[in-house]
Amino acid sequence: MRRNSSLGDYIFEVFNYVVMALLLIVTLFPFWNQALISLSSREHLYSLGTLWYPKSFNFDSYIAIFHYDAIWRGYWNTIVRTVLGTALSILFTALTAYPLAKSKLPINKPITFFILFTMLFSGGLIPSYLLIKGLGLMNSIWALILPGLIGPVNVFIIRNYFRSLPVELEESAVIDGASHLKIFFRISLPLSAPILATVALWVGVAHWQAWYDVFLYITDTKKWVLQSVIRRILIENRPQDLLGAATQVFGETNAVDPRQMEAAVVMISILPMLFIYPFLQRYFVTGLVHGAVKG
Amino acid sequence: MATKSFKNYLPLFFMLIPGIIYFVLFCYVPMLGIVIAFKDYHLMEGIADSPWVGMKYFNQLFSDPYFYTVLKNTLLISLMKLFFGFPMPILFAVLLNEIRLAKFKRFVQTASYLPHFISWIALAGILESILSLDGTVNSIFAFIGLDPIMFLSEPGYFRAVLVISDIWKEFGWGAIIYFAAIAGVDNSLHEAAAIDGATRLQRIRYITLPGIAFMVVIMLILSMANILNAGFDQIFNLYNSAVMEVSDIVDTYMYRVGIQQVQYSLSTALGIFKSVVALVLIVVTNRLAKKLDSDYSTLW
Repeated sequence: MRRNSSLGDYIFEVFNYVVMALLLIVTLFPFWNQALISLSSREHLYSLGTLWYPKSFNFDSYIAIFHYDAIWRGYWNTIVRTVLGTALSILFTALTAYPLAKSKLPINKPITFFILFTMLFSGGLIPSYLLIKGLGLMNSIWALILPGLIGPVNVFIIRNYFRSLPVELEESAVIDGASHLKIFFRISLPLSAPILATVALWVGVAHWQAWYDVFLYITDTKKWVLQSVIRRILIENRPQDLLGAATQVFGETNAVDPRQMEAAVVMISILPMLFIYPFLQRYFVTGLVHGAVKG
Repeated sequence: MATKSFKNYLPLFFMLIPGIIYFVLFCYVPMLGIVIAFKDYHLMEGIADSPWVGMKYFNQLFSDPYFYTVLKNTLLISLMKLFFGFPMPILFAVLLNEIRLAKFKRFVQTASYLPHFISWIALAGILESILSLDGTVNSIFAFIGLDPIMFLSEPGYFRAVLVISDIWKEFGWGAIIYFAAIAGVDNSLHEAAAIDGATRLQRIRYITLPGIAFMVVIMLILSMANILNAGFDQIFNLYNSAVMEVSDIVDTYMYRVGIQQVQYSLSTALGIFKSVVALVLIVVTNRLAKKLDSDYSTLW
Protein backbone atom coordinates (compact mmCIF):
# COMPACT_ATOMS: atom_id res chain seq x y z
CA MET A 1 0.00 0.00 0.00
CA ARG A 2 2.63 2.47 1.10
CA ARG A 3 4.55 2.54 -2.14
CA ASN A 4 1.61 4.17 -3.91
CA SER A 5 1.53 7.10 -1.50
CA SER A 6 1.83 10.37 -3.34
CA LEU A 7 2.41 13.78 -1.77
CA GLY A 8 -1.33 14.39 -1.95
CA ASP A 9 -1.97 11.22 -0.01
CA TYR A 10 0.57 12.27 2.58
CA ILE A 11 -1.09 15.66 3.06
CA PHE A 12 -4.47 13.99 3.29
CA GLU A 13 -3.14 11.56 5.87
CA VAL A 14 -1.78 14.33 8.09
CA PHE A 15 -4.95 16.39 7.68
CA ASN A 16 -7.09 13.37 8.56
CA TYR A 17 -5.15 12.59 11.75
CA VAL A 18 -5.39 16.22 12.83
CA VAL A 19 -9.14 16.33 12.20
CA MET A 20 -9.72 13.08 14.08
CA ALA A 21 -7.56 14.21 16.99
CA LEU A 22 -9.52 17.48 17.20
CA LEU A 23 -12.78 15.56 17.07
CA LEU A 24 -11.55 13.34 19.88
CA ILE A 25 -10.72 16.37 22.01
CA VAL A 26 -14.06 18.04 21.30
CA THR A 27 -15.91 14.87 22.20
CA LEU A 28 -14.07 14.15 25.42
CA PHE A 29 -13.27 17.66 26.67
CA PRO A 30 -16.67 18.38 28.30
CA PHE A 31 -16.36 15.22 30.43
CA TRP A 32 -12.72 15.90 31.31
CA ASN A 33 -13.69 19.45 32.20
CA GLN A 34 -16.47 18.29 34.54
CA ALA A 35 -14.11 15.82 36.20
CA LEU A 36 -11.59 18.61 36.82
CA ILE A 37 -14.19 21.04 38.18
CA SER A 38 -15.52 18.37 40.52
CA LEU A 39 -12.03 17.51 41.80
CA SER A 40 -10.28 20.89 42.01
CA SER A 41 -9.90 22.72 45.24
CA ARG A 42 -11.88 25.89 45.47
CA GLU A 43 -9.17 28.47 44.85
CA HIS A 44 -8.36 26.91 41.49
CA LEU A 45 -11.93 26.52 40.35
CA TYR A 46 -12.02 29.67 38.28
CA SER A 47 -8.50 29.80 36.92
CA LEU A 48 -8.07 29.10 33.24
CA GLY A 49 -5.53 26.34 33.75
CA THR A 50 -8.08 24.26 35.63
CA LEU A 51 -9.90 23.89 32.33
CA TRP A 52 -7.19 21.67 30.94
CA TYR A 53 -5.25 19.95 33.70
CA PRO A 54 -5.70 19.39 37.44
CA LYS A 55 -3.93 21.94 39.64
CA SER A 56 -5.09 20.46 42.88
CA PHE A 57 -7.28 17.71 44.26
CA ASN A 58 -10.19 17.96 46.60
CA PHE A 59 -12.81 15.27 47.17
CA ASP A 60 -15.17 17.33 49.35
CA SER A 61 -18.01 17.40 46.84
CA TYR A 62 -17.87 13.61 46.46
CA ILE A 63 -17.82 13.17 50.23
CA ALA A 64 -20.89 15.38 50.49
CA ILE A 65 -22.68 13.41 47.78
CA PHE A 66 -21.76 10.20 49.55
CA HIS A 67 -23.84 11.43 52.47
CA TYR A 68 -26.77 12.53 50.31
CA ASP A 69 -29.29 9.69 50.50
CA ALA A 70 -31.50 10.83 47.61
CA ILE A 71 -28.80 10.06 45.05
CA TRP A 72 -28.29 6.51 46.28
CA ARG A 73 -32.01 5.90 46.60
CA GLY A 74 -32.27 7.19 43.01
CA TYR A 75 -29.55 4.80 41.93
CA TRP A 76 -31.37 1.91 43.54
CA ASN A 77 -34.69 2.88 41.93
CA THR A 78 -32.99 3.21 38.54
CA ILE A 79 -31.40 -0.23 38.88
CA VAL A 80 -34.71 -1.81 39.93
CA ARG A 81 -36.68 -0.31 37.04
CA THR A 82 -33.92 -1.11 34.55
CA VAL A 83 -33.50 -4.75 35.57
CA LEU A 84 -37.18 -5.52 36.09
CA GLY A 85 -38.30 -3.48 33.09
CA THR A 86 -35.75 -5.00 30.73
CA ALA A 87 -36.35 -8.59 31.86
CA LEU A 88 -40.13 -8.31 31.48
CA SER A 89 -39.77 -6.45 28.19
CA ILE A 90 -37.61 -9.15 26.66
CA LEU A 91 -39.81 -11.95 27.94
CA PHE A 92 -43.06 -10.51 26.58
CA THR A 93 -41.57 -9.15 23.37
CA ALA A 94 -40.08 -12.56 22.51
CA LEU A 95 -43.27 -14.32 23.59
CA THR A 96 -45.22 -12.17 21.14
CA ALA A 97 -42.62 -12.62 18.41
CA TYR A 98 -42.60 -16.43 18.64
CA PRO A 99 -46.08 -17.18 17.21
CA LEU A 100 -45.62 -14.46 14.59
CA ALA A 101 -42.46 -16.18 13.36
CA LYS A 102 -44.70 -19.03 12.16
CA SER A 103 -45.88 -17.69 8.82
CA LYS A 104 -48.50 -20.45 8.61
CA LEU A 105 -50.30 -19.18 11.71
CA PRO A 106 -53.79 -18.31 10.40
CA ILE A 107 -54.13 -14.89 12.07
CA ASN A 108 -50.50 -13.91 11.45
CA LYS A 109 -51.24 -11.12 8.96
CA PRO A 110 -53.98 -9.33 10.93
CA ILE A 111 -51.99 -9.53 14.18
CA THR A 112 -48.90 -8.20 12.41
CA PHE A 113 -50.88 -5.25 11.12
CA PHE A 114 -52.47 -4.79 14.54
CA ILE A 115 -48.97 -4.36 16.01
CA LEU A 116 -47.62 -2.41 13.06
CA PHE A 117 -50.40 0.15 13.28
CA THR A 118 -49.22 1.21 16.76
CA MET A 119 -46.03 2.45 15.10
CA LEU A 120 -48.02 4.61 12.72
CA PHE A 121 -50.42 6.33 15.06
CA SER A 122 -50.52 7.04 18.77
CA GLY A 123 -52.99 8.66 21.10
CA GLY A 124 -50.38 11.07 22.35
CA LEU A 125 -49.48 12.48 25.75
CA ILE A 126 -52.81 13.24 27.41
CA PRO A 127 -54.75 10.02 26.66
CA SER A 128 -51.76 7.97 27.87
CA TYR A 129 -51.46 10.12 30.98
CA LEU A 130 -55.16 9.74 31.77
CA LEU A 131 -54.92 5.99 31.19
CA ILE A 132 -52.15 5.62 33.76
CA LYS A 133 -54.15 7.75 36.17
CA GLY A 134 -57.30 5.74 35.44
CA LEU A 135 -55.51 2.44 36.05
CA GLY A 136 -54.41 3.73 39.44
CA LEU A 137 -50.74 3.39 38.54
CA MET A 138 -49.67 6.84 39.73
CA ASN A 139 -46.65 6.52 42.04
CA SER A 140 -46.24 2.88 41.07
CA ILE A 141 -43.19 1.37 39.42
CA TRP A 142 -45.58 -0.29 36.93
CA ALA A 143 -46.28 3.13 35.43
CA LEU A 144 -42.63 3.09 34.36
CA ILE A 145 -42.55 -0.51 33.12
CA LEU A 146 -45.91 -1.37 31.55
CA PRO A 147 -46.49 1.49 29.04
CA GLY A 148 -43.35 0.61 27.04
CA LEU A 149 -43.32 -3.12 27.78
CA ILE A 150 -43.41 -4.36 24.17
CA GLY A 151 -41.76 -2.31 21.44
CA PRO A 152 -43.29 -3.08 18.03
CA VAL A 153 -39.96 -2.72 16.22
CA ASN A 154 -38.36 -5.14 18.66
CA VAL A 155 -41.14 -7.67 18.08
CA PHE A 156 -40.38 -7.66 14.36
CA ILE A 157 -36.61 -7.81 14.85
CA ILE A 158 -36.88 -10.80 17.18
CA ARG A 159 -39.50 -12.42 14.92
CA ASN A 160 -37.10 -12.16 11.97
CA TYR A 161 -34.36 -13.73 14.03
CA PHE A 162 -36.61 -16.61 15.10
CA ARG A 163 -37.42 -17.19 11.43
CA SER A 164 -33.73 -17.48 10.60
CA LEU A 165 -33.21 -20.31 13.09
CA PRO A 166 -32.89 -23.84 11.58
CA VAL A 167 -36.34 -25.45 11.46
CA GLU A 168 -34.91 -28.96 11.94
CA LEU A 169 -34.28 -28.34 15.63
CA GLU A 170 -37.86 -27.39 16.24
CA GLU A 171 -39.21 -30.22 14.12
CA SER A 172 -37.27 -32.84 16.03
CA ALA A 173 -38.45 -31.28 19.29
CA VAL A 174 -42.05 -31.54 18.07
CA ILE A 175 -41.51 -35.22 17.25
CA ASP A 176 -40.21 -35.70 20.78
CA GLY A 177 -43.50 -34.26 21.97
CA ALA A 178 -42.32 -30.87 23.17
CA SER A 179 -44.96 -28.14 23.51
CA HIS A 180 -44.57 -24.72 21.89
CA LEU A 181 -43.94 -23.14 25.26
CA LYS A 182 -41.16 -25.64 25.89
CA ILE A 183 -39.66 -25.05 22.44
CA PHE A 184 -39.83 -21.31 23.09
CA PHE A 185 -37.96 -21.49 26.38
CA ARG A 186 -35.58 -24.37 25.58
CA ILE A 187 -34.72 -23.78 21.93
CA SER A 188 -35.79 -20.40 20.52
CA LEU A 189 -34.71 -18.20 23.42
CA PRO A 190 -31.24 -19.74 23.98
CA LEU A 191 -30.47 -19.78 20.25
CA SER A 192 -31.51 -16.15 19.91
CA ALA A 193 -29.21 -14.90 22.66
CA PRO A 194 -27.31 -12.48 20.38
CA ILE A 195 -30.38 -10.57 19.23
CA LEU A 196 -31.99 -10.75 22.67
CA ALA A 197 -28.84 -9.26 24.19
CA THR A 198 -28.95 -6.42 21.67
CA VAL A 199 -32.62 -5.65 22.24
CA ALA A 200 -32.09 -5.94 26.01
CA LEU A 201 -29.35 -3.35 25.78
CA TRP A 202 -31.52 -0.93 23.83
CA VAL A 203 -34.36 -1.34 26.30
CA GLY A 204 -31.98 -1.23 29.26
CA VAL A 205 -30.29 1.98 28.18
CA ALA A 206 -33.68 3.57 27.55
CA HIS A 207 -34.76 2.60 31.09
CA TRP A 208 -31.50 3.85 32.57
CA GLN A 209 -31.92 7.26 30.96
CA ALA A 210 -35.69 7.61 31.32
CA TRP A 211 -37.02 10.49 33.39
CA TYR A 212 -40.12 11.91 31.65
CA ASP A 213 -42.39 9.09 32.83
CA VAL A 214 -41.14 9.58 36.40
CA PHE A 215 -41.71 13.31 35.97
CA LEU A 216 -45.32 12.65 34.89
CA TYR A 217 -46.35 9.73 37.07
CA ILE A 218 -44.23 9.66 40.23
CA THR A 219 -44.82 12.47 42.71
CA ASP A 220 -43.33 10.67 45.70
CA THR A 221 -39.70 11.80 45.62
CA LYS A 222 -38.62 8.68 47.53
CA LYS A 223 -39.50 6.68 44.38
CA TRP A 224 -37.57 8.92 42.01
CA VAL A 225 -34.92 7.48 39.74
CA LEU A 226 -31.40 8.87 39.52
CA GLN A 227 -32.19 11.06 36.49
CA SER A 228 -35.05 12.71 38.36
CA VAL A 229 -32.86 13.39 41.40
CA ILE A 230 -30.08 14.98 39.36
CA ARG A 231 -32.66 16.87 37.29
CA ARG A 232 -33.86 18.63 40.43
CA ILE A 233 -30.31 19.64 41.25
CA LEU A 234 -29.04 20.52 37.77
CA ILE A 235 -32.07 21.69 35.81
CA GLU A 236 -34.54 22.96 38.40
CA ASN A 237 -31.62 24.54 40.27
CA ARG A 238 -32.67 23.23 43.63
CA PRO A 239 -29.45 21.91 45.13
CA GLN A 240 -30.45 23.02 48.67
CA ASP A 241 -30.89 19.48 50.01
CA LEU A 242 -27.53 18.46 48.64
CA LEU A 243 -25.83 21.58 49.98
CA GLY A 244 -27.56 20.85 53.28
CA ALA A 245 -25.95 17.42 53.29
CA ALA A 246 -22.59 19.09 52.64
CA THR A 247 -23.16 21.50 55.52
CA GLN A 248 -23.87 18.59 57.82
CA VAL A 249 -20.79 16.68 56.76
CA PHE A 250 -18.36 19.58 56.99
CA GLY A 251 -20.07 21.44 59.81
CA GLU A 252 -20.18 24.77 58.00
CA THR A 253 -22.32 26.33 55.30
CA ASN A 254 -20.80 26.94 51.87
CA ALA A 255 -18.19 24.27 52.52
CA VAL A 256 -18.40 23.23 48.89
CA ASP A 257 -18.92 25.43 45.85
CA PRO A 258 -22.34 24.70 44.29
CA ARG A 259 -20.80 24.59 40.83
CA GLN A 260 -18.31 22.01 41.96
CA MET A 261 -21.07 20.05 43.59
CA GLU A 262 -23.08 20.03 40.35
CA ALA A 263 -20.09 18.80 38.40
CA ALA A 264 -19.62 16.00 40.92
CA VAL A 265 -23.30 15.07 40.58
CA VAL A 266 -22.86 14.86 36.81
CA MET A 267 -19.80 12.67 37.22
CA ILE A 268 -21.48 10.35 39.73
CA SER A 269 -24.43 9.92 37.39
CA ILE A 270 -22.41 9.15 34.25
CA LEU A 271 -19.57 7.06 35.71
CA PRO A 272 -21.28 3.65 35.48
CA MET A 273 -22.20 4.23 31.86
CA LEU A 274 -18.71 5.53 31.13
CA PHE A 275 -17.15 2.25 32.27
CA ILE A 276 -19.77 -0.12 30.92
CA TYR A 277 -20.55 1.11 27.42
CA PRO A 278 -17.19 0.34 25.74
CA PHE A 279 -17.68 -3.33 26.61
CA LEU A 280 -21.24 -3.41 25.39
CA GLN A 281 -20.79 -1.57 22.15
CA ARG A 282 -20.27 -4.77 20.18
CA TYR A 283 -23.89 -5.74 20.85
CA PHE A 284 -25.18 -2.28 20.07
CA VAL A 285 -23.34 -2.14 16.81
CA THR A 286 -24.35 -5.53 15.42
CA GLY A 287 -27.91 -5.03 16.59
CA LEU A 288 -28.26 -1.57 15.13
CA VAL A 289 -27.05 -2.76 11.78
CA HIS A 290 -29.25 -5.83 11.93
CA GLY A 291 -32.26 -3.77 12.93
CA ALA A 292 -31.76 -1.02 10.38
CA VAL A 293 -31.15 -3.32 7.46
CA LYS A 294 -33.74 -5.95 8.20
CA GLY A 295 -36.22 -4.17 10.49
CA MET B 1 -58.30 -31.17 8.99
CA ALA B 2 -59.36 -27.66 9.87
CA THR B 3 -60.01 -28.57 13.50
CA LYS B 4 -56.71 -30.40 13.71
CA SER B 5 -54.67 -27.42 12.48
CA PHE B 6 -56.68 -25.16 14.79
CA LYS B 7 -55.75 -27.43 17.69
CA ASN B 8 -52.12 -27.29 16.61
CA TYR B 9 -52.18 -23.53 16.63
CA LEU B 10 -54.07 -23.14 19.87
CA PRO B 11 -50.93 -22.90 22.06
CA LEU B 12 -49.57 -20.24 19.71
CA PHE B 13 -52.76 -18.19 20.10
CA PHE B 14 -52.38 -18.40 23.86
CA MET B 15 -48.81 -17.12 23.60
CA LEU B 16 -50.13 -14.08 21.75
CA ILE B 17 -52.64 -13.14 24.43
CA PRO B 18 -50.34 -11.09 26.73
CA GLY B 19 -49.06 -9.13 23.74
CA ILE B 20 -52.57 -8.45 22.45
CA ILE B 21 -53.71 -7.27 25.88
CA TYR B 22 -50.69 -5.00 26.06
CA PHE B 23 -51.24 -3.38 22.67
CA VAL B 24 -54.97 -2.95 23.25
CA LEU B 25 -54.55 -1.43 26.68
CA PHE B 26 -51.50 0.77 26.18
CA CYS B 27 -51.77 1.67 22.48
CA TYR B 28 -55.36 1.29 21.26
CA VAL B 29 -57.14 2.58 24.36
CA PRO B 30 -55.11 5.84 24.24
CA MET B 31 -55.97 6.03 20.52
CA LEU B 32 -59.64 5.99 21.47
CA GLY B 33 -58.77 8.58 24.09
CA ILE B 34 -58.32 11.15 21.36
CA VAL B 35 -62.08 11.78 21.57
CA ILE B 36 -61.09 14.08 24.46
CA ALA B 37 -60.08 16.61 21.81
CA PHE B 38 -63.67 16.74 20.55
CA LYS B 39 -65.17 17.13 24.01
CA ASP B 40 -65.17 19.62 26.85
CA TYR B 41 -63.31 17.32 29.17
CA HIS B 42 -64.15 17.73 32.83
CA LEU B 43 -62.27 15.74 35.39
CA MET B 44 -65.38 15.11 37.45
CA GLU B 45 -67.56 13.84 34.59
CA GLY B 46 -65.00 11.56 32.94
CA ILE B 47 -64.51 11.11 29.21
CA ALA B 48 -67.87 9.47 28.42
CA ASP B 49 -70.05 12.06 30.14
CA SER B 50 -68.22 15.19 29.04
CA PRO B 51 -70.19 17.13 26.39
CA TRP B 52 -69.22 16.98 22.71
CA VAL B 53 -67.95 20.25 21.28
CA GLY B 54 -66.96 19.22 17.76
CA MET B 55 -63.96 21.07 16.36
CA LYS B 56 -63.91 23.77 19.05
CA TYR B 57 -60.43 22.93 20.32
CA PHE B 58 -58.97 22.50 16.86
CA ASN B 59 -60.32 25.93 15.92
CA GLN B 60 -58.89 27.35 19.12
CA LEU B 61 -55.52 25.71 18.41
CA PHE B 62 -55.25 26.73 14.77
CA SER B 63 -56.45 30.31 15.37
CA ASP B 64 -53.84 30.89 18.08
CA PRO B 65 -50.82 32.67 16.59
CA TYR B 66 -48.62 31.02 19.22
CA PHE B 67 -49.34 27.62 17.64
CA TYR B 68 -47.59 28.86 14.51
CA THR B 69 -44.63 30.09 16.55
CA VAL B 70 -44.35 26.62 18.06
CA LEU B 71 -44.72 24.95 14.67
CA LYS B 72 -42.13 27.26 13.13
CA ASN B 73 -39.67 26.54 15.97
CA THR B 74 -40.21 22.80 15.62
CA LEU B 75 -39.63 22.79 11.87
CA LEU B 76 -36.75 25.24 12.02
CA ILE B 77 -34.85 23.41 14.75
CA SER B 78 -35.54 20.03 13.12
CA LEU B 79 -34.44 21.16 9.68
CA MET B 80 -31.32 22.85 11.06
CA LYS B 81 -30.41 19.64 12.86
CA LEU B 82 -31.03 17.69 9.67
CA PHE B 83 -29.17 20.09 7.39
CA PHE B 84 -26.05 20.41 9.54
CA GLY B 85 -26.28 17.14 11.45
CA PHE B 86 -27.07 14.69 8.68
CA PRO B 87 -23.76 14.95 6.76
CA MET B 88 -21.61 14.70 9.92
CA PRO B 89 -21.80 10.93 10.54
CA ILE B 90 -21.12 10.28 6.86
CA LEU B 91 -18.10 12.57 6.80
CA PHE B 92 -16.85 11.10 10.06
CA ALA B 93 -17.27 7.49 8.93
CA VAL B 94 -15.54 8.10 5.60
CA LEU B 95 -12.59 9.94 7.16
CA LEU B 96 -12.17 7.55 10.07
CA ASN B 97 -12.19 4.66 7.63
CA GLU B 98 -9.02 6.11 6.08
CA ILE B 99 -7.13 6.00 9.39
CA ARG B 100 -4.60 3.18 9.28
CA LEU B 101 -3.56 3.06 12.93
CA ALA B 102 -6.06 0.44 14.08
CA LYS B 103 -5.79 1.29 17.78
CA PHE B 104 -6.29 5.02 17.24
CA LYS B 105 -9.19 4.31 14.89
CA ARG B 106 -10.87 2.07 17.44
CA PHE B 107 -10.36 4.58 20.25
CA VAL B 108 -11.79 7.49 18.27
CA GLN B 109 -14.77 5.40 17.26
CA THR B 110 -15.48 4.26 20.82
CA ALA B 111 -15.05 7.77 22.20
CA SER B 112 -17.42 9.15 19.58
CA TYR B 113 -20.24 6.96 20.93
CA LEU B 114 -19.82 8.20 24.48
CA PRO B 115 -22.13 11.27 24.41
CA HIS B 116 -24.92 9.11 22.99
CA PHE B 117 -24.99 7.14 26.24
CA ILE B 118 -25.29 10.19 28.48
CA SER B 119 -28.76 11.52 29.25
CA TRP B 120 -29.76 15.02 28.18
CA ILE B 121 -30.21 15.86 31.86
CA ALA B 122 -26.53 15.25 32.64
CA LEU B 123 -25.54 16.89 29.37
CA ALA B 124 -27.70 19.93 30.13
CA GLY B 125 -25.82 20.20 33.41
CA ILE B 126 -22.52 20.01 31.56
CA LEU B 127 -23.61 22.56 28.96
CA GLU B 128 -24.77 24.98 31.65
CA SER B 129 -21.42 24.64 33.35
CA ILE B 130 -19.41 25.10 30.17
CA LEU B 131 -21.51 27.87 28.62
CA SER B 132 -22.30 29.91 31.74
CA LEU B 133 -20.80 33.37 32.26
CA ASP B 134 -17.91 32.00 34.31
CA GLY B 135 -17.79 28.78 32.31
CA THR B 136 -15.11 27.39 30.09
CA VAL B 137 -16.11 29.00 26.81
CA ASN B 138 -16.50 32.46 28.26
CA SER B 139 -13.20 32.11 30.15
CA ILE B 140 -11.52 31.44 26.83
CA PHE B 141 -13.39 34.37 25.30
CA ALA B 142 -12.19 36.62 28.11
CA PHE B 143 -8.63 35.35 27.63
CA ILE B 144 -8.59 36.32 23.96
CA GLY B 145 -10.42 39.58 24.63
CA LEU B 146 -13.96 38.78 23.49
CA ASP B 147 -17.12 39.86 25.28
CA PRO B 148 -18.89 37.10 27.21
CA ILE B 149 -22.03 35.59 25.68
CA MET B 150 -25.01 34.19 27.57
CA PHE B 151 -25.44 31.26 25.21
CA LEU B 152 -28.31 29.65 27.07
CA SER B 153 -30.44 32.74 27.62
CA GLU B 154 -29.91 34.76 24.49
CA PRO B 155 -32.45 33.99 21.74
CA GLY B 156 -29.90 34.74 19.02
CA TYR B 157 -27.61 31.92 20.15
CA PHE B 158 -29.90 29.36 21.71
CA ARG B 159 -30.94 27.50 18.57
CA ALA B 160 -27.30 27.23 17.52
CA VAL B 161 -26.53 25.71 20.95
CA LEU B 162 -29.33 23.17 20.40
CA VAL B 163 -28.13 22.22 16.94
CA ILE B 164 -24.43 22.02 17.77
CA SER B 165 -24.90 20.09 21.01
CA ASP B 166 -27.22 17.65 19.26
CA ILE B 167 -24.67 17.04 16.51
CA TRP B 168 -21.97 16.61 19.15
CA LYS B 169 -24.08 14.03 21.01
CA GLU B 170 -25.12 11.92 18.04
CA PHE B 171 -22.57 12.12 15.20
CA GLY B 172 -20.55 9.12 16.40
CA TRP B 173 -23.56 6.94 17.03
CA GLY B 174 -25.11 7.95 13.70
CA ALA B 175 -21.92 6.86 11.94
CA ILE B 176 -22.33 3.18 12.91
CA ILE B 177 -24.65 2.47 10.02
CA TYR B 178 -22.16 4.02 7.60
CA PHE B 179 -19.22 2.10 9.07
CA ALA B 180 -21.19 -1.03 8.28
CA ALA B 181 -21.98 0.18 4.77
CA ILE B 182 -18.31 1.03 4.14
CA ALA B 183 -17.25 -2.37 5.45
CA GLY B 184 -19.57 -3.88 2.87
CA VAL B 185 -17.76 -2.22 -0.03
CA ASP B 186 -15.77 -4.77 -2.04
CA ASN B 187 -12.15 -4.44 -0.98
CA SER B 188 -10.82 -5.63 -4.35
CA LEU B 189 -12.08 -2.36 -5.83
CA HIS B 190 -9.75 -0.45 -3.51
CA GLU B 191 -6.84 -2.77 -4.30
CA ALA B 192 -7.38 -2.44 -8.03
CA ALA B 193 -7.63 1.33 -7.78
CA ALA B 194 -4.44 1.48 -5.68
CA ILE B 195 -2.58 -0.53 -8.30
CA ASP B 196 -3.85 1.85 -10.99
CA GLY B 197 -2.37 4.71 -8.95
CA ALA B 198 -5.57 6.29 -7.62
CA THR B 199 -5.01 8.73 -4.73
CA ARG B 200 -6.83 8.39 -1.41
CA LEU B 201 -9.23 11.17 -2.27
CA GLN B 202 -9.97 9.62 -5.64
CA ARG B 203 -10.71 6.29 -4.00
CA ILE B 204 -13.05 7.99 -1.52
CA ARG B 205 -14.74 9.88 -4.34
CA TYR B 206 -15.14 6.97 -6.76
CA ILE B 207 -15.35 3.88 -4.55
CA THR B 208 -16.34 4.62 -0.93
CA LEU B 209 -18.94 7.30 -1.54
CA PRO B 210 -20.78 5.49 -4.35
CA GLY B 211 -20.65 2.38 -2.17
CA ILE B 212 -22.59 4.02 0.64
CA ALA B 213 -24.71 6.44 -1.45
CA PHE B 214 -27.67 4.14 -1.24
CA MET B 215 -27.61 3.97 2.55
CA VAL B 216 -27.29 7.76 2.65
CA VAL B 217 -30.44 8.23 0.58
CA ILE B 218 -32.40 5.73 2.66
CA MET B 219 -31.32 7.37 5.92
CA LEU B 220 -32.20 10.81 4.60
CA ILE B 221 -35.67 9.72 3.54
CA LEU B 222 -36.33 7.99 6.85
CA SER B 223 -35.13 10.97 8.88
CA MET B 224 -37.72 13.11 7.15
CA ALA B 225 -40.39 11.12 8.99
CA ASN B 226 -39.12 12.57 12.28
CA ILE B 227 -39.40 16.19 11.29
CA LEU B 228 -41.90 17.03 14.07
CA ASN B 229 -39.58 15.55 16.72
CA ALA B 230 -37.24 18.45 17.30
CA GLY B 231 -35.76 16.92 20.46
CA PHE B 232 -38.02 17.08 23.52
CA ASP B 233 -35.51 15.72 26.05
CA GLN B 234 -32.87 18.18 24.98
CA ILE B 235 -35.03 21.29 24.77
CA PHE B 236 -37.14 20.61 27.84
CA ASN B 237 -33.99 20.36 29.96
CA LEU B 238 -32.20 23.33 28.42
CA TYR B 239 -34.77 26.01 27.68
CA ASN B 240 -35.90 28.83 29.97
CA SER B 241 -38.31 31.74 29.77
CA ALA B 242 -35.70 33.97 28.10
CA VAL B 243 -35.42 31.71 25.05
CA MET B 244 -38.86 30.13 24.99
CA GLU B 245 -39.93 32.29 22.06
CA VAL B 246 -37.30 30.62 19.83
CA SER B 247 -37.26 27.12 21.30
CA ASP B 248 -40.78 26.16 22.33
CA ILE B 249 -41.62 23.11 20.19
CA VAL B 250 -44.76 21.00 19.71
CA ASP B 251 -43.79 18.50 22.43
CA THR B 252 -42.82 21.06 25.07
CA TYR B 253 -45.95 23.10 24.32
CA MET B 254 -48.10 19.96 24.53
CA TYR B 255 -46.69 19.24 27.99
CA ARG B 256 -47.23 22.76 29.31
CA VAL B 257 -50.76 23.11 27.93
CA GLY B 258 -51.82 19.61 28.94
CA ILE B 259 -50.09 18.71 32.17
CA GLN B 260 -49.17 22.10 33.63
CA GLN B 261 -52.24 24.11 32.60
CA VAL B 262 -54.54 21.07 32.69
CA GLN B 263 -56.16 21.92 29.33
CA TYR B 264 -56.55 18.27 28.40
CA SER B 265 -58.74 18.80 25.33
CA LEU B 266 -56.54 21.45 23.74
CA SER B 267 -53.36 19.45 24.38
CA THR B 268 -54.97 16.33 22.92
CA ALA B 269 -55.94 18.29 19.79
CA LEU B 270 -52.30 19.27 19.42
CA GLY B 271 -51.33 15.62 19.92
CA ILE B 272 -53.72 14.54 17.16
CA PHE B 273 -52.27 17.15 14.82
CA LYS B 274 -48.80 15.77 15.49
CA SER B 275 -49.84 12.13 15.14
CA VAL B 276 -51.64 12.74 11.84
CA VAL B 277 -48.69 14.60 10.32
CA ALA B 278 -46.35 11.84 11.54
CA LEU B 279 -48.63 9.19 10.03
CA VAL B 280 -48.57 10.88 6.63
CA LEU B 281 -44.79 11.36 6.79
CA ILE B 282 -44.11 7.72 7.76
CA VAL B 283 -46.31 6.36 4.98
CA VAL B 284 -44.81 8.67 2.34
CA THR B 285 -41.18 8.14 3.37
CA ASN B 286 -41.56 4.38 3.57
CA ARG B 287 -43.16 4.30 0.13
CA LEU B 288 -40.21 6.30 -1.15
CA ALA B 289 -37.65 4.01 0.48
CA LYS B 290 -39.46 0.97 -0.85
CA LYS B 291 -39.56 2.42 -4.34
CA LEU B 292 -35.80 2.86 -4.30
CA ASP B 293 -35.12 -0.64 -3.10
CA SER B 294 -37.49 -3.54 -3.54
CA ASP B 295 -35.40 -5.56 -1.07
CA TYR B 296 -35.82 -2.93 1.58
CA SER B 297 -38.40 -4.35 3.94
CA THR B 298 -39.21 -1.20 5.86
CA LEU B 299 -42.51 -1.29 7.65
CA TRP B 300 -44.48 -3.46 5.27
